[in-house]
Amino acid sequence: MNERQVELEILRYDPETDQQPSFQIYLVPCQEDWVVLDAINYVKDNLDRTLSYRWSCHMAVCGSCGMMINGEPALSCKTFLRDLPETIRIEPLANFPIERDLVVVMDDFMNKLGKVKPYLLPREKKAVENGSYLQSPAQLKKFRQYTLCINCTLCYAACPQYAHNEGFVGPAALALAHRYNLDSRDVGRRARQDVVASNEGIWECSFVGACSDVCPEHVDPAGAIQQTKIASTIDYFKDLILPRRD
Amino acid sequence: MDMITTDIVIVGAGGAGLRAAIAIAEENPDLDIALLSKVYPMRSHTVAAEGGAAGVAKDNDSLDNHFNDTVTGGDWLCDQDAVDLFVEQAPKELTQMEHWGCPWSRDSDGGVAVRPFGGMKVERTWYAADKTGFHMLHTLFQTSLKYPAIKRYDEFYSTDLLVVDGRCCGVAAIEMRSGQLRLFRAKAVIIATGGAGRIFPFTTNGAIKTGDGMAMAYRAGVPLKDMEFIQYHPTGLPGTGILITEGSRGEGGILVNKDGYRYLQDYDLGPPDPWPRKKAMELGPRDRLSQAFWHEHQKGRTIDTPHGDVVHLDLRHLGEKMINERLPMVRDLAISYVGIDPVDAPIPVRPVVHYTMGGIDCDIEAKTSLDGLFAAGECACVSINGANRLGSNSLTELLVFGARAGRGAAKLAAASRSHTDETAIREQAQIAQNRVRKLFLNVGGGESIAGLRREMNITMEAGAGIYRTEESLNRSCAVMNDLRDRYARVELEDKSNVYNTDLIQALELGAMIDVAGAIATSALNRKESRGSHQRLDFKERNDETYLKHSLAHYDAREAPRIDYRDVVITRSKPGARVYGGESK
Repeated sequence: MNERQVELEILRYDPETDQQPSFQIYLVPCQEDWVVLDAINYVKDNLDRTLSYRWSCHMAVCGSCGMMINGEPALSCKTFLRDLPETIRIEPLANFPIERDLVVVMDDFMNKLGKVKPYLLPREKKAVENGSYLQSPAQLKKFRQYTLCINCTLCYAACPQYAHNEGFVGPAALALAHRYNLDSRDVGRRARQDVVASNEGIWECSFVGACSDVCPEHVDPAGAIQQTKIASTIDYFKDLILPRRD
Repeated sequence: MDMITTDIVIVGAGGAGLRAAIAIAEENPDLDIALLSKVYPMRSHTVAAEGGAAGVAKDNDSLDNHFNDTVTGGDWLCDQDAVDLFVEQAPKELTQMEHWGCPWSRDSDGGVAVRPFGGMKVERTWYAADKTGFHMLHTLFQTSLKYPAIKRYDEFYSTDLLVVDGRCCGVAAIEMRSGQLRLFRAKAVIIATGGAGRIFPFTTNGAIKTGDGMAMAYRAGVPLKDMEFIQYHPTGLPGTGILITEGSRGEGGILVNKDGYRYLQDYDLGPPDPWPRKKAMELGPRDRLSQAFWHEHQKGRTIDTPHGDVVHLDLRHLGEKMINERLPMVRDLAISYVGIDPVDAPIPVRPVVHYTMGGIDCDIEAKTSLDGLFAAGECACVSINGANRLGSNSLTELLVFGARAGRGAAKLAAASRSHTDETAIREQAQIAQNRVRKLFLNVGGGESIAGLRREMNITMEAGAGIYRTEESLNRSCAVMNDLRDRYARVELEDKSNVYNTDLIQALELGAMIDVAGAIATSALNRKESRGSHQRLDFKERNDETYLKHSLAHYDAREAPRIDYRDVVITRSKPGARVYGGESK
């Protein structure tokens, strides 16, 4: 198999010893079918044991290995070296504080996920003995796309609004709220509106659509946010015309 | 050292750990739960399961069918009381997942759809396209956010169980963000850390599956049961080992050798019907299919590639529409990682290490022999999987036994008045602290983590793979013993505190070497062939001597001691495993 050499410029930062992050260069001999993660693993195993980064599944489903690759947020396990130039710049995901090297602090994202109440809120609790809810393939199709988010947070790294205002609930969390709102078994939309339709929620989005461009699972969070805006606007006018209609 | 006092500690936040946490919160909302994981819950390897979760769903099926398929598939090494409980609970747990929002694929009438899987008489695998594990994990994680009692400790690497007066009363864990060791004091502990596939070089398992929880329990004196049974999944992508789900054969995919011949008909799995016949051909059990590949390779009928020999999984006749609807991830993975669009060309596949049937010895209540300690999921061995797990039983297992472990731990914690004395537990935690510190202080040992890991990987594949012999296993045992000595001379390059993955990998390697020793020694001692454990020097199953679970007991210096326990047989006497046209 053909071998070629790539030059990885990896951003390094150890908060205990470094004032500033800085780039370190590694020359990596690689196979033509390698992904960026394979090259980073080569560095870890053969060149520098001190490099820290997250990864696990190597098949684009666990969502751990997101990083900036030549300035773009991407999953390193699904970005092929054959599609990249000889020199590859690798940085931690933008818009997040750096914890160490390519590892970012995830607290803000994790908190926001919980805030949108991302769980089924049914009309009434059904006993397991009474079997499953019925849901037609068409009803499933309505929200299925929004179930596919792997929480890789590439969309937060790409979002100009999140860069500007870290209070913004953000693409993945809003898309997840939309997923439950669209589920035929759920009646929790009103309960989610406090966060979803707040100033830090959907109205903060300026619809640049960068989130959807970088999403490795084609969830289209930008589309979810726009649909939520429309639904919320209709709510608003309905409330004006028919107050206390619940 | 900071001490966190809680009621129940759960180590591992994948499917089993999350299910246990929710069960506790629902059983007794007054209990505090500390849910520890070395990764964020969504990263847990449950996420990678594709094909589905088994549970009787339709009128054409029965609990007896599920029982028989499981026991036969396990080559009669399953405990039948556990299997009965499992098949009975399975549909309830899967329905519970539906109530929590799991996006199961549906029939046109709105009911949950099921698909056939290998070794199954009637189709009973619930699925969410081909991302079932992903959807189950995210549904469980998202649902867990409802319960304030569940306090998560994400990116905490547990190093040791803390045992005082013969009772497990907590764990020591490294907070990866700070590098500090924390002491968790609890009234009950549940281990749900998954399998140990990373012991082998070519595996579907993610990097995190390093047997940490198995090793913790093992070192604390709990035996590891049936460790010789390692499942090779017949269809992994060459090079990466990425899983191509059995669901693709359930939907009608066929396996052919280099001549385009459906070779499984030569291994008592025929006839080669054009339609998918249950329990035959491509829908045979995983152990038989992986073994058939090995024989095809011996006969020179496989296809040579730079990443090892392969056969072809052909889905073309399913058509683009069906592939997109039922197997979208398979299509995406094949296009991305081997450059093959299964709509146009067959996918190259080879057997790949997938699942550890064995694990922490526990009973039908998910209890271990160590007071206060429970285990559930792949890290545990109840055993419902016996010598070969039936495809799609594992996702259901983590629900059924995760919930059971949670309820059992909740009852125990509620009944325990007081916590273990602080001085005593701190002494135990200090021993854990010293072990970690010793790794930091090692200088000039000259052994590298990557080097030892590579040697372990290669040796286990060569010696304890699909077919084994006394000679190959003796060598694996000897190398694992040697690696244990050399591990003491591992030197960390990274001496920092914050997110030190050099340290974590060193600890993971230590766990894997211990667990690998249990696998190799258990395999050496089992002088018969059963399920996934195939000995070229003992080709037959020997019920007289080995219709027993093997139990590996840890020894800090020597190879593990192996003893045996009878299998629980209630209503299915061991018989011949018949697949193909002859199967009933």
